[in-house]
Amino acid sequence: MITDLITIGGSAGSLQVVLEILPHLNADLQTAIVIIFHRKTTPNPEMLIELLNAKSTLKVKEAEDKEKIKPGFIYIAPADYHLFLEKDHSFSLDSSEKINFSRPSIDLTFFTAADVYKDKLIGILLSGANSDGVHGLETIQKQGGYCIAQDPQTSQVSYMPAQAITKKVVDLIANPSEIASLINNCRPSPSF
Amino acid sequence: MDSQTVRDEDVELLLRDLHQKHGYDFSDYSHASMKRRLNRLVAIDKFPSFAEMRYRLIHDEFYLRRFIEEITVNVTEMFRDPDFFKYLRQHIIPTLGTYPFIRIWIAGCASGEEAYSMAILLKEANLLDKSIIYATDLNPRVLEKAKSGIFPLKLIKQYSENYLSSGGYEDFSSYYSAKYDVVIFNEVLRKKIVFSTHNLVSDSSFNSFQLILCRNVLIYFNVHLQSRVFDLIDKSLDNLGFLALGTKETLRFADISPKYKQVDPKEKIWRKHDN
Repeated sequence: MITDLITIGGSAGSLQVVLEILPHLNADLQTAIVIIFHRKTTPNPEMLIELLNAKSTLKVKEAEDKEKIKPGFIYIAPADYHLFLEKDHSFSLDSSEKINFSRPSIDLTFFTAADVYKDKLIGILLSGANSDGVHGLETIQKQGGYCIAQDPQTSQVSYMPAQAITKKVVDLIANPSEIASLINNCRPSPSF
Repeated sequence: MDSQTVRDEDVELLLRDLHQKHGYDFSDYSHASMKRRLNRLVAIDKFPSFAEMRYRLIHDEFYLRRFIEEITVNVTEMFRDPDFFKYLRQHIIPTLGTYPFIRIWIAGCASGEEAYSMAILLKEANLLDKSIIYATDLNPRVLEKAKSGIFPLKLIKQYSENYLSSGGYEDFSSYYSAKYDVVIFNEVLRKKIVFSTHNLVSDSSFNSFQLILCRNVLIYFNVHLQSRVFDLIDKSLDNLGFLALGTKETLRFADISPKYKQVDPKEKIWRKHDN
């Protein structure tokens, strides 16, 4: 699949899923991945990044303001900021109002990613107890992107992926290992 | 909530109108954030189309004020990031205390919560009498709120928790009087803060300071504008003065960075060392 960016959103129960997917990703993956976890500000935000890096051959880092997106990197949205994608394939941070009681909001990252990456984008919604991300998937789909929901049966908290499935904004329902192999089959477009 | 109403061409047209007719230049703001604010405003103000919003903006001065308030992000708290204020209290304020007169600039102060937090820090260090805080924003409507010193009572619980975690040891309620569903901060704090409009995009340096706070402002600008604002800040900061940025902002890539030293690897505070 020709994909320049994969955006993944998750809330309650999603960290486990990402930890399960990461070890299966190919070290030579060229598509960049952006992950939005709902999380609280903690005194040691680097611990989450270290935990994810320990499971991954691809480099995991927190997304920084105005940073250019690099192929094969996995970026994590910082706590307490919304994360936006810009046309020049860089990030912008934003500390505006919470959306769906969440900052970062999965919807906002998905909206801005869809706007930039159109049909070269995959949106994935994992386990969670909130409906954040459902509107975002809808927008990704409208712009020609490909939308995946984690199989609610495999989700610790099924509400979020189930909402996306009910709203019919999902092209594929997949378990974690299917998500991993789908990511491994992604190639960026030649122009990227 | 859909992000599809406003097209890129619309954004450009509207920003050009704003610049030509009203003198506000948002062209170097981060594009994604600006587009999102416009989409949000079209939705909450229930404009049937983007063209109607554009027309109203050109012809309605009163709506312009609301627009400027809503298009910029004014989310703030008292003692936001308590550890930052604790660091100011323990390490920066004592150094400022060695000066005969203390001038502080809060650039992009929104509704003024940081300005009042700063006044409280200075008061508790017995330095408020010889201090002045300039708090500026491009947005006249939020400055009116800031100047009044009146804040909703429902926010005070969070603010006083922040105050305590920032190392505050007084009774927080001694700084305001509550009436119905609002509080008003004490005159002794308010009279030490000068609220004024200042646009970081188009206005120049207006004084020199020993401490400048510009937190969660630069993230809304593109790299080009960030660099201009860093120059403006540099011109406005005394040698050995301090610059504080937001938790996710950095001076690392700025042209002015060679003459600045980060005071602590964990804090977004830099000190100017101009030789």
